[in-house]
Amino acid sequence: MQVPAPFEYERATSVEDAIALLEQRGDTARIIAGGHSLLPMMKLRLANLDYVIDINDLRDELGYLRITDSEVRIGAMTRHRELLESDPLAALFPIFRDAERVIADPVVRNRGTLGGSLCQADPSEDLSAVCTTLDAACVIRSSSGERVVSMHDFHRGPYETAVGDAEILTEIRIPVRPGGASAYEKVERRAGDWAVTSAGAAVWMDGDTISDARVGLAAVGPNTTGIPAISEALRGQAPSEDLYARAGAIAAESCDPVTDQRGTAEYKRHLADELTRRALRRCVERIRTSRNGHPNGHVNSQEA
Amino acid sequence: MQVTMTVNGDEVTREIEGRLLLVHFLRDHLGLTGTHWGCDTSNCGTCVVWMDDEPVKSCTVLAAMAGGRTVRTVEDLETAAGLDPVQEGFMQCHGLQCGFCTPGMMMTARALINAKPDPDEDTIREAISGQICRCTGYATIIRSIQWAAAKERETAAAADGAASTEAAATEAVATEAVAAGSPV
Repeated sequence: MQVPAPFEYERATSVEDAIALLEQRGDTARIIAGGHSLLPMMKLRLANLDYVIDINDLRDELGYLRITDSEVRIGAMTRHRELLESDPLAALFPIFRDAERVIADPVVRNRGTLGGSLCQADPSEDLSAVCTTLDAACVIRSSSGERVVSMHDFHRGPYETAVGDAEILTEIRIPVRPGGASAYEKVERRAGDWAVTSAGAAVWMDGDTISDARVGLAAVGPNTTGIPAISEALRGQAPSEDLYARAGAIAAESCDPVTDQRGTAEYKRHLADELTRRALRRCVERIRTSRNGHPNGHVNSQEA
Repeated sequence: MQVTMTVNGDEVTREIEGRLLLVHFLRDHLGLTGTHWGCDTSNCGTCVVWMDDEPVKSCTVLAAMAGGRTVRTVEDLETAAGLDPVQEGFMQCHGLQCGFCTPGMMMTARALINAKPDPDEDTIREAISGQICRCTGYATIIRSIQWAAAKERETAAAADGAASTEAAATEAVATEAVAAGSPV
């Protein structure tokens, strides 16, 4: 039987209350939201805590999706299922629906949250790659106020983020820029599994030229959630199969996969290349579809 | 610590450890062994129960987290009127062999049909994709769920038919009453 080591369970009544509890308990306490990353870690005794602070009562405060012309703000307690089912989010950022359809399974998606996924910072986790691809920023709150950090600064490495012991991630902000589309490609061994390799892409076009592009990978080593060299290679270019191949080659060079039960390092490197090409190709297709009369590249719901 | 929650319509209060998982609370503290305890890693889905009307994997929810919430287990499917159509479907279409995955499969199926009364095969496959069956190859589970959904649609149509027949009859009576000059 896998059971966590003993701990004290506490339930926060507000974000302020959660922060106050974290301040009192120090580094022996951890926030629990969906619990589908933390509880398995606690069962395996990889995480040993004296206090677990449940924030599931903070749904009103931390579970939301607010869309304006310039920005999307998503509360940290927003669950996978809500991200998957939101048509306005899929219209602006189809990458979310692409990714959420293949994150875990529907029952797990009823519980797991965006904030929890980012704070777990598992190198195989998909939403970190999605948020980095979209150039998201994270709002971290403490008793002294809020600070906003880029995904680049938020994600420090495997299982490590910028969130301090007495801080809580409250919101993810994603800039909305016109003329763009996004996509996510993942290869998994079976439904609901962690990625063998995933690639996310976002492309913005001005006429027939790529004005900006971002690519992020998951499950192929640290520091691959965003790859600046690919952005540099794509900017100012016209989309073509040769260009996608160049981007794919950079992705394969930039990653550092290890051989494990999900595949050999060589295979994962191959996937980093191929999935980068597919994700970029799909972004450009979506931009062209949206220009042909479909609003906002909103082709994903028809595909789903 | 003390936890109070509603399980299958009854409020229950128990003294528990904070680390107790919901699956063990249901089985060991309440004796509701219909919910099975499987992989312990939120992969197999035999422990699926509803929490606040949504299927969850009870091996990865603390009992304390269910405090103040409503939990429904497989024991609650059958009512005084008989088996739930989902249970009937699993019987009719050989939806189980060993039965280990069945409680979780049925709770997910019940939630699916509530949300989508006419799910196609792909929708069913997606809904149960977080649950593992080692006997059936899933084909008969899918048929079972379709059987249950079809039966419920038929029952609903029959009820609608009966209601409209009744309405027509009432109208006929009213028309006769008007014809006879009596107040309606």
